[in-house]
Amino acid sequence: MGSQRYLLRKVLHALLTLLFVLFANFVLFRILPSDPVQLLARSQHLSAEDVAEQISSLGLDKPIPEQFVVYIRQTLTGDLGVSLRSGVAVTELIGERVGPTILLVGVATILSTLFGLWIGIRGGWRRGSAFDTSSLYSSLVLYSMPEGWLGMILLLFFAGVLGLFPAGGYSSSQTITGFAHVVDVANHMFLPCLTLTLGYIGEYAIVMRSSLIEVMNEDFVMTARAKGVRDVMVRRRHAVPNALLPTLTLVFLSFGFVLGGAIIVETVFSWPGLGQRTVTAIGQRDYPFIQGAFLLLSASVIVFNLIADILYGYLDPRVRES
Amino acid sequence: MTVLSLRDLRITYRTQSGDVPAVRGVDLEVAKGEVVGLAGESGCGKSTIAGSVLRLLPAGTRVEGEILLDGEDVLAMKPGRLRAVRWAGASIIFQGAMHGLNPVRRVGEQIEEAILVHGQSKEREARARVGALLEQVGLPARRIDDYPHELSGGQKQRVMIAMALSCNPSVVIADEPTTALDVMVQAQVLRLMKELQRDLGLAMIFITHDLSVLVEVADRLAIMYAGRIVEEGPAERVFHQPVHPYTGALAAAFPEVGDQRFRHKPSGLGGDPPDPQHLPTGCSFHPRCPVAFEDCPTIDPPLFDAGPARRAACLLVERSGDQTAAEVAR
Amino acid sequence: MATAAPEAPTPADHGPAGKGHRAIARTRRSRAFLSYWRTFRRNKQGMVGLIVLTFFVLLALFAPALVDESRFDLLATATEPAFQPPSASHWLGTDQFGRDVLSLLMYGSRISLLVGVVATIVTMLIGSFVGIAAGYYGRKVDTVLSALTNWFLVIPWIALAIVLASILGRSLFNIILVIAITSWAGTARLVRAQTLTVKERPYVERARALGAGDWHLVTRHILPNVFPVIFANTVLTVALSILSETTLAFLGLGDPNSISWGVMIQEAFYSGALSSGWWWWLIPPGIAIVCVTLSFTMCGYALDEVLNPKLRSR
Repeated sequence: MGSQRYLLRKVLHALLTLLFVLFANFVLFRILPSDPVQLLARSQHLSAEDVAEQISSLGLDKPIPEQFVVYIRQTLTGDLGVSLRSGVAVTELIGERVGPTILLVGVATILSTLFGLWIGIRGGWRRGSAFDTSSLYSSLVLYSMPEGWLGMILLLFFAGVLGLFPAGGYSSSQTITGFAHVVDVANHMFLPCLTLTLGYIGEYAIVMRSSLIEVMNEDFVMTARAKGVRDVMVRRRHAVPNALLPTLTLVFLSFGFVLGGAIIVETVFSWPGLGQRTVTAIGQRDYPFIQGAFLLLSASVIVFNLIADILYGYLDPRVRES
Repeated sequence: MTVLSLRDLRITYRTQSGDVPAVRGVDLEVAKGEVVGLAGESGCGKSTIAGSVLRLLPAGTRVEGEILLDGEDVLAMKPGRLRAVRWAGASIIFQGAMHGLNPVRRVGEQIEEAILVHGQSKEREARARVGALLEQVGLPARRIDDYPHELSGGQKQRVMIAMALSCNPSVVIADEPTTALDVMVQAQVLRLMKELQRDLGLAMIFITHDLSVLVEVADRLAIMYAGRIVEEGPAERVFHQPVHPYTGALAAAFPEVGDQRFRHKPSGLGGDPPDPQHLPTGCSFHPRCPVAFEDCPTIDPPLFDAGPARRAACLLVERSGDQTAAEVAR
Repeated sequence: MATAAPEAPTPADHGPAGKGHRAIARTRRSRAFLSYWRTFRRNKQGMVGLIVLTFFVLLALFAPALVDESRFDLLATATEPAFQPPSASHWLGTDQFGRDVLSLLMYGSRISLLVGVVATIVTMLIGSFVGIAAGYYGRKVDTVLSALTNWFLVIPWIALAIVLASILGRSLFNIILVIAITSWAGTARLVRAQTLTVKERPYVERARALGAGDWHLVTRHILPNVFPVIFANTVLTVALSILSETTLAFLGLGDPNSISWGVMIQEAFYSGALSSGWWWWLIPPGIAIVCVTLSFTMCGYALDEVLNPKLRSR
């Protein structure tokens, strides 16, 4: 059936892209630098013996094709190498930090999508109204702000001046449990989440708005009105479902950017997530960790895009046929 | 019995570059069971009239005059009454082959929506009724669950027709229903529309730029130019013995195979329709008129009597009676 | 009625005998440019954006003349008090080295704008080349180039940027390169779509039937008709490039020797400006970035309306 073949095609495509990411990861770290060994030595200030030891343990003395096979095998079995700084397995380090990132990014994505779409719909449906003009300009201004800076401003004002929220971190104390703990985390998460949400809400609103305006000029919307359907229903049943399609695609495609924003926001708010740890790793030149983070980030985006494709196939019957 | 009556209808669009008078005083009556053809080139205002009957024109458009549907003035209706009248009093057949149907919903659902909105049936009954409607327009009832993209242009147009009939309106306005179709399919759909109109005794306004189609379908013909009706009368007579020079040119542009007229002189009309914001002085047709004379740029002719149940807005008609202008035009 | 560029030249355009087709084309192009400018002028947001941009560009160009180098030279300011709030001698206060923040702000416009514009030009060149090649040649070439483009689109830009910057090292050239490498795919996709549309147009088919070669078709027919889309997109991309530079600077991947608004924000943050409440150091660079980015965006939208009339509002 059309839908099954569509699904298969999309999954295959995602896997292929993932494979290419692995390949790129390898190329970037082993082939691109003129001398990966020197790269290593320089960054970690190693002595000559340490360098020799690292070379053999990392397998850098073997021929490149063999290195590639080893790399693939290691990655597929979950071995992403060992942090150059702490000696801890990268997988373990990532595991510790993934939770807070997923929490932050998840909530921010949901909120920015829901509110962004709502604002875009409301503005587009009543084009030129006060709501539309003000939301359009606010969206443009938010879209033009560097996320890190927005976070800092919010922090400066709400935490610094007003003292309403903590200045960073995940929780105030290890000893609180249960509901109080949830409240505490939420309290800490409020500002970083707000920053991340505001950063993308503008873009989603603008895209949804223009998509809706385009659909509103289509004949079938006039047909619906002519049938005597109420304005609200015309919007809900005819205009929005059609306008949602290209918008959702764009929202999903922006996920990569949301992840990027998360890295910055986590740093500003000292939110103990994967992003913050990656920034530290950059400063420390901890290449295995950076490699692992790159893999994970890319894989997340690929999976997200796959979900987007599936969702699109579900929403738009025309796509399933091809 | 008059089902739809347009009285001194004037419609002005508001755009960034100023007001655009799309319709400048139109009077039209459609009786029960009658098919009135409304013809003219693009931009003459015919589609605007279609949209105005159910008040579907863009917000801010100025509509003046009277639109009496079954005796009630549509322009004075409150929103609730308007919504009830839409589709149940009058319905519109749009160009289904293009984007008249919602691409992401099944066609049966879209027809059902009209029925359910007007509270004419409950859900299960509505579905059965939709099936019956589809069969009435020559489609198998199982098509009820198809999406628009699964249907051909002709089939989509039939769906639009079924949808227009779903609430038993008094008058159906067909806005260029066959324009986007292939010639063979056009003929089929036209035949269908004629049958349905006859069987159901529908009043219909058939809007098109193709006069040859109207000759087959319409009882009466109204020719529009630059926002006004310039000739009206019985369809056959208007087409074969046009009185207004524009009608003559329009009819000549659609040659009929076998009609001797077209064998020797294939013709067309030069120039473009006038810009509604910069209409010519006097008679708006005079720059393109093959028989314009010195009075034409100064006097704007109203509709004069040009024979039994015929009127034409041409100074030649006023002067010399109905036949002469046609002679001169040819 | 859309205001379109004048079509074929009327007989009156032929000046003295033998004016030649190039001169006619030039007249037509300058008339087209004037009509575009008039349409652009009507767009209020575009004009505001253009004025603000002009201001910043002039600022960047004349900064060396306006700003006394000694105000932010490290040796000269060694004796100045650090972390000072705004005062008469330092309108925006001082930074961690006692440098005058206002001078830094004005001088920083140079690098920020330079990186933004140059990175965008490189992005546009790569993206246009790939996009036109993929769209024009089609089939195998298209499959390969499109797969490449899609891959670069899927990878989160910041992840790729971090990886590249870590390996390549920190320098101005590398920052520009990294931004270009992570941005070209968006342009390529847009250009490819537009090329495909233009390729189908009748005049291209006709030219080919008349025996025109690939080079002629691309330079004389495809390129001029794809250019408006490219140009509008370029302006919007500059906004994104400036934001990217800010992000990369914040992550510590910027050029350590240059001053840009992004670097100012980074230095302020890592010196503890947040906890100490040194707002005069943190806020101005951000406002500058927002102004410039917003202006480029509004100009870009206005240009899109002017050059791509289908999207123009009624």
